[in-house]
Amino acid sequence: MAKHTAPKRELLALYAEPDQAADAVARLREAGFDDTDVEILSSTPYPEGAFGEGHTKHRLFAFPFAGAACGLAVGTAWVVGAQVSLPIITGGKPVVAVPAVIQILYEGTLLGAVLFTVLGVLFESRLPDGVGLYDDRIAEGYIGVSIMAREHRLPDAQIALEEAEPLDLLSKEGSLMQAPGAA
Amino acid sequence: MQEPVVSDTRTANRELLDFVFSWPKWFFAVGGALNGLLVAAVAVVILMLMFGLQFLGYSHPVYWGFLIVNFVFWIGVSHAGIMVSAILRLTQAEWRRPVTRAAEVLTIFSLLTAVQFPLIHSGRPWRTMYWTFPYDWNRGAWPNPRSPLVWDPSAIFTYLTSTILFVYVALLPDLALARDRAPNRISRAIYGVLALGFRGTTRQWRIQAIAGLLLSAIILPIFVSVHSIVSWDFAVTTVPGWHNTVFAPYFVIGAVHSGVSAVVTVMIVMRYAFGLKRFIKRDHIDSLARLLIVVATVWLFFFMLDLFFGLYGTEPAEVDTWQRRLVEPPWVVIAITFIICAYVIPVPMWLFRGVRRSFFWMFVTTILVNVGMWLERYMVVVPALERKSGLTFTYGDYAPSLSEFILVAASFALVILGFLTFAKLLPIMPAADIKEGQILADRIKVGRANVPAAMRE
Repeated sequence: MAKHTAPKRELLALYAEPDQAADAVARLREAGFDDTDVEILSSTPYPEGAFGEGHTKHRLFAFPFAGAACGLAVGTAWVVGAQVSLPIITGGKPVVAVPAVIQILYEGTLLGAVLFTVLGVLFESRLPDGVGLYDDRIAEGYIGVSIMAREHRLPDAQIALEEAEPLDLLSKEGSLMQAPGAA
Repeated sequence: MQEPVVSDTRTANRELLDFVFSWPKWFFAVGGALNGLLVAAVAVVILMLMFGLQFLGYSHPVYWGFLIVNFVFWIGVSHAGIMVSAILRLTQAEWRRPVTRAAEVLTIFSLLTAVQFPLIHSGRPWRTMYWTFPYDWNRGAWPNPRSPLVWDPSAIFTYLTSTILFVYVALLPDLALARDRAPNRISRAIYGVLALGFRGTTRQWRIQAIAGLLLSAIILPIFVSVHSIVSWDFAVTTVPGWHNTVFAPYFVIGAVHSGVSAVVTVMIVMRYAFGLKRFIKRDHIDSLARLLIVVATVWLFFFMLDLFFGLYGTEPAEVDTWQRRLVEPPWVVIAITFIICAYVIPVPMWLFRGVRRSFFWMFVTTILVNVGMWLERYMVVVPALERKSGLTFTYGDYAPSLSEFILVAASFALVILGFLTFAKLLPIMPAADIKEGQILADRIKVGRANVPAAMRE
């Protein structure tokens, strides 16, 4: 029971080639790790499925619609409120004249859609993120494969990652790879 | 058609971040000169605040002069950025990669510059908040949302906010790259905060790709609305020469014409100033020139429509305005110059492949377009106001003052300085996008031809 409640720890392996990273992901899967615990890090977007990962599920498409509805509501409240608060009758037209304020409703709707989309991007990208393991070498083109595993499963994860011949293997404490020639 | 960029990730990083982490001497010289112009403009604005709009040379009946012309011009330039970027993203055009960021950044600084001019033009900038902000300021007088004075700020605010967010979202991977390559702790910390901990997970890349498409699709209608609303500043009045239903599309397409030309100019300057010769290629300006041929011709069509509608009704006031614009000096000279600069010279030249693929000729012709388009806005604004109308008994001829010329020059300085500062602090080319292009680029053999291909999901 305690094994299932133990906190997860992260390992990060760096690979020079996409094939090696894909191999590491496959080996982790074979070792019984769940796809949700595996992350692939790269400085460049690779086509979806390049590392054998599954389809990314997200709800980003819902955000602009929610934002547009909120934007329209705020825009309507503003223009109606402003016109009712200071009723100026011009040319016998209604105080709340929709054709004359439709531009503002339009802009409000689209502004809401943009704001919510950006919030959606941050939410769905899991940003801000300040806790995940990372290595600057990823920016140079190396591909990182990160695994979150419970303490008792860490050796299995390490073996799976090492079988794919990483350039380096990191934990929060530092590199787990022995330098060439070290005892 | 595209020549693939063939450099590995490390080389690409170094080249794309070179300007960010180095301090070329010319940067200080150019920055100093531009700041000098801005100081002169601030002095002019302070004097204008002290002595009123008359200091700028305005008198009845022409109160909309260089300031409003410049406002319309920079709003126009701002349109290309987002249009080019959004359309190219939506169509997933391969050649978009080096173009998008510069175009978007040009939009931001053109818009920020454009906004200054109605504020200065108001004579008392701080009072503009009474007209635009949705609050009664304890005066019992709310802003009138039925006025273009409120439509305009709402459209520009939406456009500016959206563009900044659009750029920021697309910039996240490059901020992470700058964080990883930063030469010292302070810059690493700053880029780190701005990057929000972006690590480049497959999920983050997927969301980035979708966000680019989604935001492009949302921003395109904003882009169309902004210049339409700017055109309605004129068209909803009853001033002959302005009161025209064709104004909205005419302004939008004119904005695209001047804006795309500005993007080409900026890219050519970037190619040499920032050492990006390997990324900005002849293919890119060739593609943009082809787009410009279509845009310029549509713009000319709308100009002719505006003229035709003005004359066809034989309204005396309308005909009088067009006569002033096209026949009477000095307007006839300006009219001929703007048509020659914006269409007659550049478009026939762009029909030749050699011109489209020449950085020199494209630089010259796109500058000409923007000279022409600036004069076009001048032609739209001033002659219509100069027309003598009934029950108006005081007239003064409008002639631009030295102060106005300084403000116009300073507006160019502000845009260039903003662009330069951005490029100094952040990658002006989307590094991740360019590197993705390298990964996806391949060459395939078709018969005896060896042609570039790009694999896409």
